[in-house]
Amino acid sequence: MVLSMNWLSDFVDCSDIDIKKYCDRMTDTGSKVEGYELCGSEVSGVRVGLILKVEQHPDAERLVVCQVDCGEKTLQIITAAKNVFEGAYVPVCYCPKDEKRVVKLASGHEIKSGKLRGMISEGMFCSIEELGLTLHDMPGAPTDGILILNAYSELSYKPGDDIVDVLAMRDKAVEFEITPNRPDCLSVIGLARESAASFEKELRIPTPVVKESDGDINDYLDIAIKDTEKCFRYSARVVKNVKIEPSPLWLRMRLRASGIRPINNIVDITNYVMLEYGQPMHAFDYKCLDGKHIEVRTAGDKEVFMTLDDQQRNLESDMLVIADGKKPVAIAGVMGGANSEITEETTTVVFESAMFLGSSVRITAKKLGMRTDSSARFEKGLDSENTIGALERACELVNLLGAGEIVGGMIDCYPVKKEIATVPFEPERMNKFLGINLSAEEMVRILESLHFEVKDGVITVPSYRDDVRCMNDIAEEVVRIYGYNEIQAGNIVSSMTQGGLTKKQTLQKQLHGVLLGFGLDEIYTYSFMAAKLYDKAGLAENDIRRKSVEIMNPFGEDTKTMRTTAIPSMLETLEINCNKDNDSVALYEMAKVFLPREGMVTNIHGLEGTLPDERVKIMIGLYGTGDFYTVKGMCEEIFACAGISAKFTAKTDEATFHPGRCAEITAADGTVLGIMGELHPVVAQNYTFNRAVYLAELDFENIFAKANSKKSYKALPKFPASTRDFSFVCDEEVTVGAIEDAMRHSGVSLIEDIKFFDIYRGVQLGEGKKSVSFSVSLRSADHTLTVEEADKAAAKILRGVERILGITIRK
Amino acid sequence: MKELLEQIRIKAVAEIEASENTEELRIKYLGKKGELTAVLRGMGKVAPAERPIIGQLANEVRATIEEALTKKAEEQKKKEMERRLMTEKLDVTLPGKIQTVGHRHPIAQTEEMLREIFIGMGFSVAEGPEVEYDYYNFEALNLPKNHPARDTQDTFYITDNILLRSQTSPVQVRVMENKKPPIRIISPGRVYRADPADATHSPIFHQVEGLVVDKGITMGDLKGILELFAKQMFGPETKIRFRPHHFPFTEPSAEVDVSCFVCGGKGCRLCKGEGWMEILGAGMVHPFVLSNCGIDPNEYSGFAFGMGVERITMARLGIDDLRLMYENDVRFLRQF
Repeated sequence: MVLSMNWLSDFVDCSDIDIKKYCDRMTDTGSKVEGYELCGSEVSGVRVGLILKVEQHPDAERLVVCQVDCGEKTLQIITAAKNVFEGAYVPVCYCPKDEKRVVKLASGHEIKSGKLRGMISEGMFCSIEELGLTLHDMPGAPTDGILILNAYSELSYKPGDDIVDVLAMRDKAVEFEITPNRPDCLSVIGLARESAASFEKELRIPTPVVKESDGDINDYLDIAIKDTEKCFRYSARVVKNVKIEPSPLWLRMRLRASGIRPINNIVDITNYVMLEYGQPMHAFDYKCLDGKHIEVRTAGDKEVFMTLDDQQRNLESDMLVIADGKKPVAIAGVMGGANSEITEETTTVVFESAMFLGSSVRITAKKLGMRTDSSARFEKGLDSENTIGALERACELVNLLGAGEIVGGMIDCYPVKKEIATVPFEPERMNKFLGINLSAEEMVRILESLHFEVKDGVITVPSYRDDVRCMNDIAEEVVRIYGYNEIQAGNIVSSMTQGGLTKKQTLQKQLHGVLLGFGLDEIYTYSFMAAKLYDKAGLAENDIRRKSVEIMNPFGEDTKTMRTTAIPSMLETLEINCNKDNDSVALYEMAKVFLPREGMVTNIHGLEGTLPDERVKIMIGLYGTGDFYTVKGMCEEIFACAGISAKFTAKTDEATFHPGRCAEITAADGTVLGIMGELHPVVAQNYTFNRAVYLAELDFENIFAKANSKKSYKALPKFPASTRDFSFVCDEEVTVGAIEDAMRHSGVSLIEDIKFFDIYRGVQLGEGKKSVSFSVSLRSADHTLTVEEADKAAAKILRGVERILGITIRK
Repeated sequence: MKELLEQIRIKAVAEIEASENTEELRIKYLGKKGELTAVLRGMGKVAPAERPIIGQLANEVRATIEEALTKKAEEQKKKEMERRLMTEKLDVTLPGKIQTVGHRHPIAQTEEMLREIFIGMGFSVAEGPEVEYDYYNFEALNLPKNHPARDTQDTFYITDNILLRSQTSPVQVRVMENKKPPIRIISPGRVYRADPADATHSPIFHQVEGLVVDKGITMGDLKGILELFAKQMFGPETKIRFRPHHFPFTEPSAEVDVSCFVCGGKGCRLCKGEGWMEILGAGMVHPFVLSNCGIDPNEYSGFAFGMGVERITMARLGIDDLRLMYENDVRFLRQF
């Protein structure tokens, strides 16, 4: 909402308040000011000049030389404009002698004295464009010539007058951000009420006075509201002998300052009243109404209608329309029809001032994709009590502008009068609630300044304040005028609460520490993605993860699919880094994924639909630093931190991963904890990677479920350990894990620890063979092992491995 | 004889101090054929009555020489060590061996700071689903379907009544439904709005919201908590300012400005010359919301507040483009 301060002064005198102070205080009392503009300041130093003499330029056929009386002096100005004549009053700008005087044009043209074809030109004449005006502001002005003031009988001027004042351009336009609960403030009067209360000023809202001519509106029209659920009130008047012409300058300039384009007197009046009263008005051309009849009804199904903007609209049966005996003439509260538009030929006009149900207007406007000034106001909920004032004001303006004659009488269909809301006045409760200490009298003073009535402990809410219905609302009214910043900061006096993290949050925090300790940088990626990234990441055609939760109204494919795996986001991020030549990159993300769930999950409100299973994945990805075993080591440490013994099993059929370098990780009970491995070289070709990429995706939810945070002390060994090294020779297929398992299952209780330390392959061993070396630590809790005991245990280990795997040590 | 011993003492000590080779001097004085030994051999010639005196003196001289020798030897050893250490000199300006520790994402860092502050004030951390029912995200928060205030939050929908939460407030509703007051929680998390990504907008961003419900909670308490928070987050000199605003789920509602922590309120580039930065939205929980969650608004009152983590992060670190945070270029991440 842009407020013209000139306009505001009709209702409240704020002229003694500095504009910056005005804006600050209005913001502090709840009408947030976005900024203000000094209208007319875009033009400076342009004066009215009287052209005394026009002569042909001796050396240029297209130029004329003018002598111009500019008040303080007479100038010679050379122009190419064709519409200059002796006796013309025109806007002139010229370089001042006084250096301090600023000369500025809205078009940004620079002004300087100079010679044109050998003759001095001391200034220039201005067109409307140079003054920042349009044909809407100055109807009939030449677009390719000089603005001739003589053409406007409404103007008064003399040579030397400042053109900004002559054209009434000087104003201050304050832009407010009005919150949706205050549609009443989308109006000059609404903001005048707020201004008066904010600055403790007197508010004057004159009641419009309408001079009626002859005739009776009932001879012209009858009105019926068919749908009283969606239309609460419909008021109308008829204007006859209408003369369509431009509005006067003052009105045009007020509209201009408010950001509305002047059109013609009747349309301007409807806009003017909408801005002043906040009540959208509509004007129909009476002759286009069939059958002297207006009804407010819902549209017939599949009814087609052409709106003012010449667009065909397909109406639906829940849309409210204004119709005559035969056809719709307007979509209620949204836009009028092309079939009843005000034109140059219009002679009789019906003014509509009505109140429609906000949600109905909103749905209709949304469905038709046409949000208008009018619909934006209606949808927030307007005041049924405001229609008459607005209608009368419109007719008063018709009188004032001489735009037509008001037919006697008014039609006002108002089937159910609006209920007046009341709220108990509870000053003590409000003081306690707000943490302030204001007297009841002061509260009453504030409320009355906002036009609430307080009587016998009951507050009567003004009809335009549908947002005020309970103590909290009243408290806000009081404290916003009193001053939010007058509230003293208090200390909560409340029952003890136990702050802190849950076990799950604590584990997550610990794991962040562990991951950072690995040197991984944390990333944040979008939770939605394009479904084609599943292909790019190599997911199999029938992979269950392709079934995703999808957004109905995405920006495009890129924001459509809620991810079911964190792998694509990680690969994209690695690729971005690879493309930027970052050569050693190791990342992690605690990434949420969304797995669709079937069936109904009961919730306490019986809501339809099932929310997906949201799971946090610990996603690790790296290239250029480390390898498979680096990532495996990270996973192992994570599981160690969570107190989980995890098992890594080769997995050859996970399409994203290298079939020989991929492991599925499971807990002791078989719960899948995650997957890790090297990116499949074929999948890697979908990206710009130039080296191996390693990934791990661990399921944090399962890790938490299996986590064991219980730690207990184990006595430190009192006796030394004995170590025995073994190198087993076996086929390539035998895994290190299998040998280690075999050793552990050899029945030797003295085994304290087994450490793998080397794999050797060589000709001596033969093709397809390898030698795997371990260091086994043996220890007894109650004595130092003798050499014989250690040797005996070692021999038993060897026998065990031979029995289980059929392999022996390297001879 | 006495004089002879004294002479030896003085000479020996002087020689030892001047010498580089202590071993030679040890032999010269204390060796089998050394000077002191030679003198002592002549003890037989000394009168028996003086022998003990001379003997004692001789021992003292020996001890002095030995002490001087030991001291000299230690000095030499020390010098030798110093010489050796200097040959082992390192260029301390060479770069250190890298011990990489990863970097938390800047958004996570800010969120962590916020969590710590509020946990310190007795808040616990509540979480909830990101794919949420319209009911929890809007309706229960006094935003019925077709409420015009819904326009201010363009929302991604999954179905007609399931959406991507546009705020973390639904978590508050879920907490209030399940827990009796006193309630003191924050709900940090990821939220979604249909805003295309640019330097200051992102379809995904993060919020931290707070909720306190109990008997006798006042708007002054809200101010107290936020003032305490602002001082801890932005420095002890920080001031806050309330401006009336409208949120459907709080009444009264306020936008809260924090004095600029760069210029201290004088006006600078970061605060666009205002001296203040809009950081928070806050207000007293709307009675409709309380009763919707089964809490009697006549018995209890409460306040709620919320802030954007990205916004604070950008201000705190001087980041000028929001998109950097979701691009994850390591050259960006490793700066923080």
